[in-house]
Amino acid sequence: MQCGDFRVSYAADERIFETRLPVIGVVGLLAVLAFAPFFAGTYWLDVLNRIGIAIIGAIGLNILIGFTGQISIGHAAFLAVGAYGTAILGTKAGLPFWLAIPLAATLTSLFGLVFGVPSLRLKGLYLAIATLAAHFITAYGVIHWESMTNGVLGFNVTPPKVFGLAIDSDERVFYLIYALVVPAVFFAKNLFRTRVGRAFIAVRDRDVAASVIGVSLYRYKLLAFVISSFYAGVAGGLMAYHSRIVFPDAFSLLVAIDYLAMIIIGGMGSILGSIYGAAFMTLLPEVLKLSATSLTGVYPNAFGLIASARDIVFGLAIIFFLMYEPAGLARIWERFRSYWKLWPYAF
Amino acid sequence: MTEQIVFLLQLVIAGVAVGAVYSLMALGFVLIYKASTVVNFGPGELVLFGAYVAWATILNMKLPLIVALPLTLVVAILLGLVIERGVLRPLIGEPIISVIMVTFGFASVVRGVLNMTWGSDTRPFPALFANEPFRLGPIPISPVHLWSFVAVMLMLLAFSLFFKFSLLGTAMRATADNQQVAQSLGVSVKGIFALSWCIATVVSALGGIILGSVRGGVDFSLADYGLKIFPVVILGGLDSVAGVLIGGGVKEVAPFVVLVLILMIRPYGLFGRVDVERV
Repeated sequence: MQCGDFRVSYAADERIFETRLPVIGVVGLLAVLAFAPFFAGTYWLDVLNRIGIAIIGAIGLNILIGFTGQISIGHAAFLAVGAYGTAILGTKAGLPFWLAIPLAATLTSLFGLVFGVPSLRLKGLYLAIATLAAHFITAYGVIHWESMTNGVLGFNVTPPKVFGLAIDSDERVFYLIYALVVPAVFFAKNLFRTRVGRAFIAVRDRDVAASVIGVSLYRYKLLAFVISSFYAGVAGGLMAYHSRIVFPDAFSLLVAIDYLAMIIIGGMGSILGSIYGAAFMTLLPEVLKLSATSLTGVYPNAFGLIASARDIVFGLAIIFFLMYEPAGLARIWERFRSYWKLWPYAF
Repeated sequence: MTEQIVFLLQLVIAGVAVGAVYSLMALGFVLIYKASTVVNFGPGELVLFGAYVAWATILNMKLPLIVALPLTLVVAILLGLVIERGVLRPLIGEPIISVIMVTFGFASVVRGVLNMTWGSDTRPFPALFANEPFRLGPIPISPVHLWSFVAVMLMLLAFSLFFKFSLLGTAMRATADNQQVAQSLGVSVKGIFALSWCIATVVSALGGIILGSVRGGVDFSLADYGLKIFPVVILGGLDSVAGVLIGGGVKEVAPFVVLVLILMIRPYGLFGRVDVERV
């Protein structure tokens, strides 16, 4: 009987699904998701949509930080470029969404390429501060380029159309979002089975050793920024179509911190972890809201405390995971799975 | 014409006074970075904490200033100890991203706790100095600006002397230079880490009190000042105390664009040490 991790071939090592059960699980989950708009109410559908967007953004950030080891605090800026790009191309230039999103994401990639350049000279802390500066420069640009962005007020986004059908309800946006989430997850998962993905990991683990074995740091670091910001651009474009309005405050530094928290809580260097983290961070305020609503009977002020409770729980969650489970929810899930895999002979 | 010049000079003086406060906050940031190579991404929350505790002791609990001020500083020291012992010490040796994120984490907790305890309304802040402006030639100067500038300069001078001449200051510089050597010479490196956090929270609290009395009120937008110290710090050199002073003075002309250029050209700032890890 197989006991623990026992792999005898490279093919076995590279396999995405080790047993049949997870395959059934994924197919089942997709099947449930396909019918979710029919039974999930507007509220939970909106939450699901936001989770979908967060998954794409978090995977992008995880490719950059978790897999390639390049710190970026400027993710909100990349989301903003994607969102504004999609909104301007889709609303002001009148392009259909299937052109607007890819074009905006490509634009975001170029943008990421520019802000990836400091990574060639700096690393660690100074790179973090350089990307922080990138964030503030972008925020300034978004607010002050009024002819394009309409300044602090933002502007409304025309809903995209598929065969004449306007995607203007939560149900329809749901399909648009998850039609992009699924390929995004599978592309990222497979990226790390290729030469490029392994080169990213080599750069993260030891850049000098990586360059000695022939990984061009110059090329792969910039490539990581490009791929990561492409994901962010797609996520930003979906944000624009989901909320149907773009305005600067939706891309504050707090958003970037939220995304960082997602990959830390979910698990750095894990695609599955990005998904868990995205779901966790999106559900956290909702769960707090629900519990506050149920507490108003006992404690009438509960609703007013949500904002501060969110800050506290958010901060404590980050601190807790960094101290006790730096590999995040993905590692917890892994442990849980291997425990039951061997049960009842857990030794 | 002369009126415009007077107005301009007034603005310059106000700018210098606020810049001095930035220098003070940046000093706390640099101290932590120098001693323990931890980048504190929550400096604004430390300022906020000091300002709110000062408000609570002076106006809410109606303590006299002579009691309230030391009490605020003691609370700030406690906060520094809690952060260092509870959060950062367990993460020594962890990757930089973890340390950065944990500072975001506790900043978020501090903000949440302040919000939960005292709410997010703007609080009036007591005027610590007389309101009557006095004149230097034709230029009216607000006493708040003058005294905050003088106070900051005195504190920066005191800290410079402390680092230069006292045994503890020397130990702090030794730790910043090389932790292992410092430890082998009998410096308690852990103690130095804790001390640097305490000094940082104290100077941030003082910065918060000064900013509060300059603005006449405290609210959560004070925390935004925290992030503005990054250009100050990078321009002045991430680990240079003298650099902090100069960086603080020119912060109005040092937006983040300059920051990126500096990172590309002189990553160690104008006065910092040349040991930034390059690739």
